[in-house]
Amino acid sequence: MSKALTSAIRASCRKPTLLPAFPRRTVTTKPAYEGHIPLNVFENAFLAVGSAVMSLADPRRGDMIAALGETTAGPALPRLRDLMLESAEGRQILKDRPRVNTHTVDMTALARLPEGTFGHAYVTWLERCGVTPDTREPVHYIADPELAYVMQRYRECHDFYHCITHLPVSVSSELALKFFEFANLGLPVAAISAAFGPLRLSWPQRRRLVTEYVPWALRCGASCRSLITVYWEKRWEQDVGEMKRELGLWDAPEAKWPKPLKEAKAAAERRAAAAPVV
Amino acid sequence: MFAEYLHGTGTTHFGFKTVPETSKESLVKDVFDSVASKYDIMNDAMSLGVHRLWKDDYVSSQKPGRRGPMKCIDVAGGTGDIALRILDYAREKYADRETSVSVVDINRQMLNEGERRFKKTMYHNTPQVSFHEGNAQALSKEEFPDNTFDLYTIAFGIRNCTSIPMVLQEAYRVLKPGGTFACLEFSKVTNPLLGSFYDQYSFSVIPLLGTILAGDRESYQYLVESIRRFPSQPDFAKMIQDAGFSTGGMFEGRGGAWRDLWGGVASIHTGVKV
Repeated sequence: MSKALTSAIRASCRKPTLLPAFPRRTVTTKPAYEGHIPLNVFENAFLAVGSAVMSLADPRRGDMIAALGETTAGPALPRLRDLMLESAEGRQILKDRPRVNTHTVDMTALARLPEGTFGHAYVTWLERCGVTPDTREPVHYIADPELAYVMQRYRECHDFYHCITHLPVSVSSELALKFFEFANLGLPVAAISAAFGPLRLSWPQRRRLVTEYVPWALRCGASCRSLITVYWEKRWEQDVGEMKRELGLWDAPEAKWPKPLKEAKAAAERRAAAAPVV
Repeated sequence: MFAEYLHGTGTTHFGFKTVPETSKESLVKDVFDSVASKYDIMNDAMSLGVHRLWKDDYVSSQKPGRRGPMKCIDVAGGTGDIALRILDYAREKYADRETSVSVVDINRQMLNEGERRFKKTMYHNTPQVSFHEGNAQALSKEEFPDNTFDLYTIAFGIRNCTSIPMVLQEAYRVLKPGGTFACLEFSKVTNPLLGSFYDQYSFSVIPLLGTILAGDRESYQYLVESIRRFPSQPDFAKMIQDAGFSTGGMFEGRGGAWRDLWGGVASIHTGVKV
């Protein structure tokens, strides 16, 4: 046998000096985008159940509600993507893939807009509730990058829905909005939250939800345009009343506005601490 | 293979990643800072409560207090699981209230959890338990002089240390002649069927439990990877012998240097300082 052949055979028989292939779980895909965690069928089911239980036990775990949404999305996301493809505005969103956070949206410019414009209404709503768009959890568990963007877009536009329907951030208002989202967008997580969320309410709140908010939510959500196709960032200067007429929306029943949350203040302090001193 | 552990090639493993040796300690610290408050809940969830059985077996096999009061040191023992079992065993079996345990941990958060747990027991504010912040690889010579302890325990901690031989050398130093070194650690499963279920469970379920219960996938991914990186039972027994301890034979079971629990999922290695 030739020297090259014998050395090749020896090389293949040599024990590997590094550890052999690391044991892994059975998942065949590589991460498709930054932050993607591929899950197999079993893991997806496990996380769906686990995040459902945890979301009910501790509703402040935003990451669990996000995980629930992603693991139960199923055919709803391709349907939303197709809806977006059918409208010119939606197609533009899919092309640009805009993100909503304090770096992409100029909050100070919006605050300077005249009263009655959507931009002004948005920053006023953010301040009044004490929230910030920076705390939305990124998408981890959707395999297709475009569908992952659609999910991310839905999550980031949630605050716009609050603003345009004039709902504050409180448990009853969030549930009302979930009913609205289910009627408008058809996401399973909206239905699950709407079904189980009311367990955390008191009886008077529950009664009010069912008699006043749910009829509004289902009627308004089903009849207005699919809000995932709205390019909110191009409508800052639009008058709010005109926008509502165009989209076919009307305000929710008057809600009780709680004190502003500390979320926005905390995020601003963290940003100031991280920013280099000039 | 031993050279990598003994002399240090400048890099070491952190789970399946390779990192500079100098950064492993702080990376591990970050992991334990973040898991500390949910450590006990996570242990119960991940092992379905079985870790309690293992720790009970581990402590009772050492029989603390059988030959009179002992000075024990529990290293990487932050949350006090082992220390509490040692003191309870000595008290319940031998009516021994002089045995003491010094709990040492490199992580302040874990020690705080341990102090909280002990406040709920009768050992709080007694000389039977004390908490110390320290590095297993370099225990302070003032607090822990040579030839001080009768029993050195380290449970599920040694795999997180950067240099196992250094930990073993320190253990040898602080033990009295005749003192026992006992280590409980995750180890290699020999049965291939059990092994494949165990791998699937570890790599699928545990990081997800970390995500769900603690909102932290990364730390639990590290934990399962670090288990795979730990030397096998005979290799670790050899390292214990190299540090100067006298161990049982190079086999598993009675008279051997180690004893497997649950088919090798965990293993108890023992050695005596001669």
